[in-house]
Amino acid sequence: MSRVKEAFSQGKAFIAFITAGDPSLDITEELIVKMEEAGADLIEIGIPFSDPVAEGVVIQEADERALATGTTTDKIFGMIERIRQKTQVPLAFMTYVNPIYTYGTDKFLSNCKRCGIDAVIVPDLPFEEKNELKPTCEAYGVDLISLIAPTSHQRIKMIAKEAQGFVYCVSSMGVTGVRNEITTNVGEMVELVKEVQDIPCAIGFGISTPDQAKEMAQYADGVIVGSAIIKIIAKYGSDCVEPVCEYVRTMNAAVKEGFINS
Amino acid sequence: MSIGRFGEHGGQYIPETLMNAVLELDAAYNHYKNDEEFCKELDDLLKNYAGRPSLLYYAEKMTKDLGGAKIYLKREDLNHTGSHKINNVLGQVLLAKKMGKSRVIAETGAGQHGVATATVAALMGMDCEIFMGKEDTERQALNVYRMELLGAKVHPVTSGTQTLKDAVNETLREWTSRVSDTHYVLGSVMGPHPFPTIVRDYQSIIGKEVKEQLLEVEGKLPDTVIACVGGGSNAMGLFYDFICDESVELIGCEAAGHGVDTDKNAATIANGSKGIFHGMKSYFCQDEYGQIAPVYSISAGLDYPGIGPEHANLHDIGRASYVPVTDDEAVEAFEYLSRTEGIIPAIESSHAVAYAKKLAPTMGKDKIIVINLSGRGDKDVAAIARYKGVGIYE
Repeated sequence: MSRVKEAFSQGKAFIAFITAGDPSLDITEELIVKMEEAGADLIEIGIPFSDPVAEGVVIQEADERALATGTTTDKIFGMIERIRQKTQVPLAFMTYVNPIYTYGTDKFLSNCKRCGIDAVIVPDLPFEEKNELKPTCEAYGVDLISLIAPTSHQRIKMIAKEAQGFVYCVSSMGVTGVRNEITTNVGEMVELVKEVQDIPCAIGFGISTPDQAKEMAQYADGVIVGSAIIKIIAKYGSDCVEPVCEYVRTMNAAVKEGFINS
Repeated sequence: MSIGRFGEHGGQYIPETLMNAVLELDAAYNHYKNDEEFCKELDDLLKNYAGRPSLLYYAEKMTKDLGGAKIYLKREDLNHTGSHKINNVLGQVLLAKKMGKSRVIAETGAGQHGVATATVAALMGMDCEIFMGKEDTERQALNVYRMELLGAKVHPVTSGTQTLKDAVNETLREWTSRVSDTHYVLGSVMGPHPFPTIVRDYQSIIGKEVKEQLLEVEGKLPDTVIACVGGGSNAMGLFYDFICDESVELIGCEAAGHGVDTDKNAATIANGSKGIFHGMKSYFCQDEYGQIAPVYSISAGLDYPGIGPEHANLHDIGRASYVPVTDDEAVEAFEYLSRTEGIIPAIESSHAVAYAKKLAPTMGKDKIIVINLSGRGDKDVAAIARYKGVGIYE
């Protein structure tokens, strides 16, 4: 079983996002190990980008902080190598198409395979442009995660048919960031995916509270939380590991509880 | 599969949330471009509202002074709102209206595109919001007030470098959050397909008119056409009708800021490398890890780290050439044209004037250069005064 599949094999998955290098790569390394212990089933690691157009202010600022401390793609690969000595937690990179293309698509994905990255999530690579990365991802056995959005409608089946790993269901219009309310009918999005392929679906964008996580876990196989974690990191800086883990424990419990009740 | 390619450049690299919107736009554009009523309405607006055709002016004094090729100026500065931007905006806002949209959003650098969008939104009764880098709102304060006067809401963008690139980021983010009633009036030949094609088509009236007008007065094609290039809309509009006329040399002038060897420039072809950003594959100023570089130009309209994908392809196939022009050269040309012809050019267009000044004396008197005077320079007067150390404030 691939590590991505394993993430969804223990009931509903809690997926945590952090930006590599925020506040430093050493802390990122520690966060990954400790978040797994706190219950994260899959960890998304953001490679910071100068112009993250799909991100709200919270993750934009995390990217700025990470780049300001000199974080580079090469240093992140180095960190992943060290991580893999310590844990087999499923890991996905989240970044934009330019940092991959400019680094060299082949070099990037061969490094992913070598270091043990299981999947890549690229929010500015829609279905129509997937061949920019997909053949290389397949050559190196790295899942290219597909995203579906509230505006996808009739596109969902086309996207789901070729999806790998899991499907990232974008819960809301707009960019990443904490929202008070999620109004999209995410249950319907997930059903459309499942009609064409039996593949795990995880919901992200806007989820921050245990109640939201619990509710979303009823519709999908996993819940993704990013901005809410980044806010804790921004608040505590180098002392963020314990408060982040406390939050991960709470959210993971909420996600798993939703599973038991549903 | 991938559409909207110019050689390997172009494409549609945008979040899934926007895909249906750009596909709908593509379908609507292809429908209305052949719709007789739409074309008639747009022609009428271009003629009676924007003031087209714009003049092709023989710059006799400049020609004599430089002592070489005959110089013509395509007077896009005389259009309503003072630049070529209105050509594209009239087309796109009319199209948005036909698509049932009630709100338009746009990015702006120098403010020319923002002013044009606010103007046409007022005319057509659409809500209008403009995103402009905070630094640019300060460089072009008068244009901010102008947009507000026209009923638009201007959002100063404080992320990143606070210039045009960041204004595009923020407009894309806004579009992602509200797409059903909103059209993004992209101002240059850039972004995801179909924008580079739509904007080029609406701007191609520039080159078409130049061809007709010059054939009428000179009975022949120009030898060289020159335009400034940021994203590249006025240049693409000038070049497009001449691409098949292989005798016509196409030259785009990039903003070299303090010089291409310094870290203060926006010369994408000179210093950039292939990348994928703002929805398109093209050339970008960036580092080895694909982080987009902070760029600089005295001209807010050319202060952009990329270039439209069709230009990237014209460069790859060697059909057009792209040359760097520094701040100093542009300012000198700004003053030169003002004093020589009594025409104050936009600081963007001054980059094209500056290169023509170098080129004309090297060409024979039987040769013809057409410079696209893409905008008027009123908006730049205070900034140029400050550049020269004169303390004028708006």
